[in-house]
Amino acid sequence: MTDTAKTVDRTRVARWLQEYGVYVAVVALVLFNIAFTANFLTVGNFRTQLIQAAPVLVVALGMALVIGTEGVDLSVGAVMALSAALVPLYLGAGTLPAVAVALAAGLAAGTLNGVLVAKVGIQPIVATLALLVGGRGLALVLADGQLIQLHDPDFLALGNGEVLGIPVSVLIAAVLAVLVAALVGKTAFGRRLVAIGGNRRASVLAGLPVNRVLIGVYAICGLLAALAGVLSTARLGAGDPADAGLLMELSAITAVVVGGTPLTGGRVRILGTVMGVLLMQLVRATLIKHNLPDSTAQMIQAAIIVGAVYVARERSSR
Amino acid sequence: MEPVLEVEGVTKTFAGVRALDDVSFSLRPGEVHALVGENGAGKSTLIKVLTGVHKPDSGTIHARGVISTIYQEVNLIPLMSVASNVYLGREPRKRFGLVDWARMNSDAAALLKDYGIDTDVRRPLGTLSVGAQQMVALARAVSVDADVVIMDEPTSSLEPREVETLFEVIGRLHERGIAIVYVSHRMDELYRICERVTVLRDGRRVHTGPLADLPRLELVSMMLGRSVGDIRSHGATAFEGDHEAGREPVLRAEKLTSGNRLGGVSVEIKPGEIVGLAGLLGSGRTETARAIVGDLPLSGGTVLVGGKQVPQGNVAAAMRAGVSMLAEDRKTEGIIPHLSVRENIVLAALPKLSRFGLVSRARQDRIVDTFVKRLRIKVSSPDQKVAELSGGNQQKVLLARWLCTEPKVLLLDEPTRGIDVGAKAEVQALIDELAKEGLAVLLISSEMEELLDGADRLIVLKDGAVVGELAGEQLTQDHVLAAIASGGADD
Repeated sequence: MTDTAKTVDRTRVARWLQEYGVYVAVVALVLFNIAFTANFLTVGNFRTQLIQAAPVLVVALGMALVIGTEGVDLSVGAVMALSAALVPLYLGAGTLPAVAVALAAGLAAGTLNGVLVAKVGIQPIVATLALLVGGRGLALVLADGQLIQLHDPDFLALGNGEVLGIPVSVLIAAVLAVLVAALVGKTAFGRRLVAIGGNRRASVLAGLPVNRVLIGVYAICGLLAALAGVLSTARLGAGDPADAGLLMELSAITAVVVGGTPLTGGRVRILGTVMGVLLMQLVRATLIKHNLPDSTAQMIQAAIIVGAVYVARERSSR
Repeated sequence: MEPVLEVEGVTKTFAGVRALDDVSFSLRPGEVHALVGENGAGKSTLIKVLTGVHKPDSGTIHARGVISTIYQEVNLIPLMSVASNVYLGREPRKRFGLVDWARMNSDAAALLKDYGIDTDVRRPLGTLSVGAQQMVALARAVSVDADVVIMDEPTSSLEPREVETLFEVIGRLHERGIAIVYVSHRMDELYRICERVTVLRDGRRVHTGPLADLPRLELVSMMLGRSVGDIRSHGATAFEGDHEAGREPVLRAEKLTSGNRLGGVSVEIKPGEIVGLAGLLGSGRTETARAIVGDLPLSGGTVLVGGKQVPQGNVAAAMRAGVSMLAEDRKTEGIIPHLSVRENIVLAALPKLSRFGLVSRARQDRIVDTFVKRLRIKVSSPDQKVAELSGGNQQKVLLARWLCTEPKVLLLDEPTRGIDVGAKAEVQALIDELAKEGLAVLLISSEMEELLDGADRLIVLKDGAVVGELAGEQLTQDHVLAAIASGGADD
């Protein structure tokens, strides 16, 4: 009897943790930092944290959509590198054309992923792995392997500028989060995406345009990754295809999973993803401020991922 | 005799709903005990409590010995060999803990012969027919030296010959003193092999006793909780006989051909007509439906709806032309478990319910509300997850999904499989009603009664070809069997 009660409690706790754990963790970390970290409660610090988190969030939004279809996109980091390579090449023609070319490249890369997954039927992890390797290679070739300093003030404003005191990149990320949430929740495309992730065979039989939706999802993910590449290039003030977006695929997947979106598809949590990004950012910042080496930070991040996946596992085994 | 399995006063609640309410159940060694009830009566929950999947909220379970379970859906690994599946987790070992493949394969082959399966046990399990896979699951379950074997709808995917083999096996188990809990909706089977019966209704036990002296009608009335007279007046199914069909067929499928699965099947259905597809498992019934709705690549043949040709291999186009299909397997081809009842219902009709890609919640709610009421779907709210519903209610949700698309032709593949007697009658009555309103229905069912009572006309298939067409006076079991027996070469 007591044993039974305990099991029931444990599954309930696990489910609750998957739903709300990420919010609790963010609040707890903020409180910890307010108490123990010097200069945490300053505008400057919040700015820094948000600016660092913005590109990750932009990528994670696209990743959440892909994971919702029971897929994954490993090529997001490579697509960011492509942006970093393309922007300096076209910046001579102006900020707008340069950004447009980078975004178009991301859209094309994402569409390619989508076609490989939907039409050719290659598993997402394999299909996007090709671009993970090839994309960065192409970026290095385009940039001749060089880091290129940028001086165009219009373009650099994307990284350093602000509107009403809010950094441009943060503003862009926030607006995108709202848009993607609406896309998932309010549009036929979004509902179909979730249905396809939940039961692809049933979606086919319901006459849903499965291929079109899948290609669309990967295309959006590529587009968002390219935008993240533009933002981080502007922030750095240099096109650096060797380092831009390195390991970004892992940060994005982590944020999505920690935010409570199951890897098995059929569900997309946008607010959770936002919180997942903030949580991972706060963890790193906290550890750095308390003079723990980066290697320790990585290990703690790993522990958080394992915890999140463990909680998700408990839930699905009901 | 001391019971081998005893359950006392078990209660189990899910999200506020009592799935089991103070249920007691005891199983004597060597008996074959029928467990019956409508869907949602608590059978599945009781089985899960017995096997330890669910912990009861209160009550006690005493089991003496090993319990082994065969589920409705085969729970094995399709890519591994037949032999590996039989001995999964208890492979015979050689020195250094290496798997003794030779012994495993010969043991498995010998074991499976007893179950009427004579095949290369090194083949991947997935290449066997569903019926054969079910037998492998049974062989595995029994070979662990179980004292109790629970069988959940074991015959739902078996052919008649395989059912006979299963009954032989059950007879042998019985002689060896192994107790069996037999869950099934098929009355004939229950009366043939079971000694005692336990009836569940709405999570409570309403009866336990010897089966042979219990009149069928009384058993059904206990399951349904209705009076005997009530049922008799309705007949065996809820179908009410002939429909007035229109004159011109709304669906005309001609010479549908697909590899070795379909060899030129033609079907015509008039508005208001129910056409049944009869035939054994693998005769091409499901394939015919899939071909019509564009879910099966065709090498030949055409589908016309209202005289217009429907593009091939395109489910969405078929749906726009007015053809919808309720697929055979509710779980893998039907419901989307994470989504709510509302979203499952409107899934196929989304384009109609959205404007500029934005989904209108108000219009959704209206439609969902209409269908939940009309089909009497039992839900706590349209936001409830569909996975939480009983089989019968999930089936109604899927019917609602297809009715939302306002079809002219509805293809129903086993619409009442695995749902309880009450829901079954409701679904049958609904099909009847839809035909009366002028819908053309193609009905596929493994239950002869359902086909004979429901259909105005029967097309008999064998090995992917039409071997007979029956109507009027000819709609009898004898005629169907004769058609199946006479047409084509026998294996």
